[in-house]
Amino acid sequence: MHELSVCMELIDQVEAIARSHDAERVDTIVLRIGSLSGVEPGLLESAFEMARLGTVAEHARLRTERIEPRIRCRACGLEAEAGPSDLRCPACFGTDTALITGDEMILARVELLQAAD
Amino acid sequence: MCDTCGCNITDGNRHLLRADGSHRKLTAVSVLNKLLQHNDAQAEANRALFDRHGVLVINLMSSPGSGKTSLLEATIKALDGALRIAVIEGDLETENDAARIRALGVEAHQITTGTACHLDAHLVAKVLPKLDLENIDVLFIENVGNLVCPASFDLGHHLNLTLLSVTEGDDKPAKYPVMFRAADAMLISKTDLLAVLDEFSPERAEACLRKLASNAQVLRVSSKTGEGMREWLDWLNRRLEHYRNLRRENRSLSPAVQSEGRRLHGLARPDVRFKPETA
Repeated sequence: MHELSVCMELIDQVEAIARSHDAERVDTIVLRIGSLSGVEPGLLESAFEMARLGTVAEHARLRTERIEPRIRCRACGLEAEAGPSDLRCPACFGTDTALITGDEMILARVELLQAAD
Repeated sequence: MCDTCGCNITDGNRHLLRADGSHRKLTAVSVLNKLLQHNDAQAEANRALFDRHGVLVINLMSSPGSGKTSLLEATIKALDGALRIAVIEGDLETENDAARIRALGVEAHQITTGTACHLDAHLVAKVLPKLDLENIDVLFIENVGNLVCPASFDLGHHLNLTLLSVTEGDDKPAKYPVMFRAADAMLISKTDLLAVLDEFSPERAEACLRKLASNAQVLRVSSKTGEGMREWLDWLNRRLEHYRNLRRENRSLSPAVQSEGRRLHGLARPDVRFKPETA
């Protein structure tokens, strides 16, 4: 259950962004979570309920976009979707593939509310 | 969604813009920050410190009870002083593992994490001042026994070694792909028990690992009988030599999965765009 540690870093980053934009509060946070990142979006959302208390993100909504693994085969050049526990090339079954996407853990977007002038 | 046309204003947040005449602006900030960038920055600082002293650092990961401490004990005995070893032990509670290492005359520092299921770069950084890095060749960091969380946290180490004991299922690499994909070598431990555990097939375990597009070396070791110790020590010595060659060129080493991640997601650095939108 390391989602709480991840959330603490998330809150730190969001607070810094909110501060630098003079935001009153945070409305929405959008994350991109790869299914090979080691983080479960569901657990992250539960941890976020706790981590946001008393912060500028206290009333924020958390949206997670799950990113499935995609690979590029170094042997035949094919790019394709892959399963988390089978990253072989689906065409030539080669194991020499590079993961293109699917292991990321990224803060992609923050929507802030500011008092209008 | 973009920052320019207002399409980031959704049915869910529209009311906030016009709620009873209170005038609030909604600002969308697009970023591409890695969620663990704070940890990663500390990890890079740790690695730079190790590199200044030329200490090769290996992160040992596995389920609880796979024989990480026993492997270290057997390694220290087999090396018989040929390499200067130090150990950082991570557990939720107790000094037991550090005490086992110290009993062999090797420096060991225990980190007790309380309820945390993994070590992170900051926890490791706290014990580094206690280590005499100038007089260490290889530092082993024995992570908390857990096949999930430790793989997500860079400690500043150079190599990941993942243990799989024959008392576990041989399909563990398929069940825990994040952990096993991170392995620079997979060490099948307790092989002395293979004779009575015919349901564990080292070949199947390796096949599961290869399906993760991993070319990590697979080692088979019994800390009890010493079987496979020579191959394991050969691997260790070869990696140490490789690391020292890199250091001579002022280069360093990261676990393969991290180098690949950096190549792929090198874009994951702060990229803040800011465009105010009036309500």
